[in-house]
Amino acid sequence: MRTQIKTKPLHKIRKLDRNQLYLWSLCIIPMIFVFVFSYLPMGGLVLAFKKYNYSQGIFKSPWAGLNNFKYFVLSSDFTRVTWNTIYMNFLFIVFGVATSLFVAILLFELRSRNVTKTYQTLLITPHFLSWVVVAYMAYAILHPQNGFLNVIIQNLGGQKIDWYLKPEAWPIILVIASVWKCVGMDSVVYYAAMMGIDSSLYEAAEIDGANKWQRTRYILIPCLANLIIILVILKIGGIFRADFGLFYQLPRNVGKLYATTDVIDTYIFRAMRVNGNIGMSSAAGLLQSVVGFLLVLFTNWCAKKFDQDNALF
Amino acid sequence: MKKTNFTAHVIINIIFIILCAMIVFPFLLLISVSLSNEQDISKYGYSLIPVHFDLSAYKFIFKNPQSILDAYKVTIAFSVLGMIMSAFAMAMIAYPLSKRNFNGKSFVSFYLFFTMLFSGGLVPTYILNTQYLHLADNFWIYILPSLVSPWFVFMMRSFFQGLPAEIGEAVLIDGGNEYTIFFRMVLPLSKPVIATVSLFTFLGKWNDWYVSMLYIDNNKLISLQYLLQRTLENLELIKNSTFMNKEVLSSMQEIPSETTRMAMAIVVAGPAVLVFPFFQKYFVKGLTVGSVKG
Repeated sequence: MRTQIKTKPLHKIRKLDRNQLYLWSLCIIPMIFVFVFSYLPMGGLVLAFKKYNYSQGIFKSPWAGLNNFKYFVLSSDFTRVTWNTIYMNFLFIVFGVATSLFVAILLFELRSRNVTKTYQTLLITPHFLSWVVVAYMAYAILHPQNGFLNVIIQNLGGQKIDWYLKPEAWPIILVIASVWKCVGMDSVVYYAAMMGIDSSLYEAAEIDGANKWQRTRYILIPCLANLIIILVILKIGGIFRADFGLFYQLPRNVGKLYATTDVIDTYIFRAMRVNGNIGMSSAAGLLQSVVGFLLVLFTNWCAKKFDQDNALF
Repeated sequence: MKKTNFTAHVIINIIFIILCAMIVFPFLLLISVSLSNEQDISKYGYSLIPVHFDLSAYKFIFKNPQSILDAYKVTIAFSVLGMIMSAFAMAMIAYPLSKRNFNGKSFVSFYLFFTMLFSGGLVPTYILNTQYLHLADNFWIYILPSLVSPWFVFMMRSFFQGLPAEIGEAVLIDGGNEYTIFFRMVLPLSKPVIATVSLFTFLGKWNDWYVSMLYIDNNKLISLQYLLQRTLENLELIKNSTFMNKEVLSSMQEIPSETTRMAMAIVVAGPAVLVFPFFQKYFVKGLTVGSVKG
C-alpha cells in the first residue's frame, strides 16, 4: 500500500489523506455516543468496590473492598437467582429450538407459498408485541378469580387455582410465553436455511422412494445440523443474561413467585431501585458481565472449532 | 404415493391451524373481555365471547383520554425521531467501516464490537444517566443512549460492502469526495437496509417501557407501554407495599376495572399489531441477512 502511494503524484496523495479525514469525520460523532453511553458505564463498574453514596458521587465514595461481592455471594439469593437464570435459559433454548425447527419443517413441507405466507404472518405477529401486552394476556388467562384457565377448571368441576401464588407452575408458564412470542421469528432463520438447500438432493430422494419423514430425517436435519449447533452454542454464550421483560412483566413482581422467577437481571433491578443497594447490585452486575463475557469468548471458541465460518468473531 | 402426500398435507394444515389458533387466542380473549360487561365478568369470569356486548370500557377510556393521548404523542415523537437519528448515525459509522482503504477500519470495528461482548450493566448506566448526564425525566433519554446499535451497524456495513466499488471510484475521478459518495450515492442506493434497520429501531422504541420505568417520573413524558404497565400494576401495587412510589399514589383514585384494563391493552397494542405485519418482509430480511462479523 505504502509503495503504491509513493509512486502517485502529489495532488493525489493530498486527496487520499483528505478523504481519510472525511471518513473519520463521518464516524467520529457516533463514536462519541458509543464512548459516552457504552464505555463510560464500564468505568462505573468501579462502583462494585465502593460503598456508594449519592452525595459523594462515584469517585469520592469510600472503598468497600470486596464486601459487596461477599454480601451478594453469601446471601441466599445468590444461588437462587443464578440457578433460575441458567435453568430458565436452558429451557428456553431447548424448547425454543425444538418448536421453531418443528414449525420451520412444517412450513417447508407446505409447498403452497400463499398458505405458507399466511401462517407465517400469523405466527410472527406476537413478535411485534411488548412484554407488557403479553403480560396482559397472561393475566387474562391466569387471573385468580376470572382467568380463562380458572373458568375452565371450574366448569370441569375443579378448584380455582391462584397461579400468582404457585411458583412451581411458572417455569412452564414462562416457557410457553417465550415460545409463543418467539417461535414465528425464530423459525424464519431455519426456514430460510431450508430454502437454501439444493433441491436436487430432494428430488433424488423422491425418485428413490423416500417419503416425507425420511426426507426430513436424512436430508433436511443433516443439512441444518451445523446451523442448529452454531445457534445453540451462541445462545449458550448468553445464558447468564435473562430477558428482563419476560421475567419482570409476566410474574408482575409478585414476591411469592421469586423462588422460580427471580433472575439475575430482575434481582439487580430490585436491589438498585427498590432497596437502593447500589454497591451490591453493581457487584452482581459486574459478576454477570464478566462471567457472561468469558462465556461468550469460550462458546465462540467452541463454535470456531466446530465450523470456522459460523463463529461470531 | 399421491394419497400419502394428501393426508400428510391435511395433517400439516391441521397442525398449523391449531398453532395459529393458539397464537390468536390471547388476542381474542383480550378483545372479548374489553367488550364485556363488568357484572358478567365477576359472575362468569373471562370468556372468549362476551355474554353481553358492552362498550362502556371504551367509553370510559375515551371520556378521559388525556393520559393516553400524551403517551401516544411522546411515543410517536421519540420513535420517529429516534428511528431517523439512529439510522443516520449508524449509516455514518457503517460507511467508513465498509471502505477497504479506511485506515481506522479495524480499530473502529473492534471499538464497536467490544460493546456487544461486555457492558457496564444496569447500575453504572443508571448512575451515569441520572447523576452525571441529568437525563432523568428528559425526553432525550429515549433516544441518545440507544443511538448506535453495533449489530445494526455491522448489518449496514455488510450491505454497503456489497455495493459496487466502481461507483465510489467514479465519483472520486469526477472530483467528488467521500461526502459526495456517502450522501449522493451510498445512502440512496441503500434504501433496503436502511428501511430494515429503521423498522427494527422503530419497533424497539415503540415497545419501550423499560426506559420509561427507570428514568421517567413526569406523567406527561411516559411511554405508551409503560402507561399500560402501570394500569395493570395499579391494583396490585397497593397490596404490594414494598413498591410504593409517588406516581402510584397520585393515580390511586382511578383504579381501573377489569374491562377497562383490557380495553386499554387493545387501544395501546391494536394499532401496532395491525400495522407492523405489513412490514414483515423487512423484519424477515433483517434476520436472514448474511454474515455480520466484526
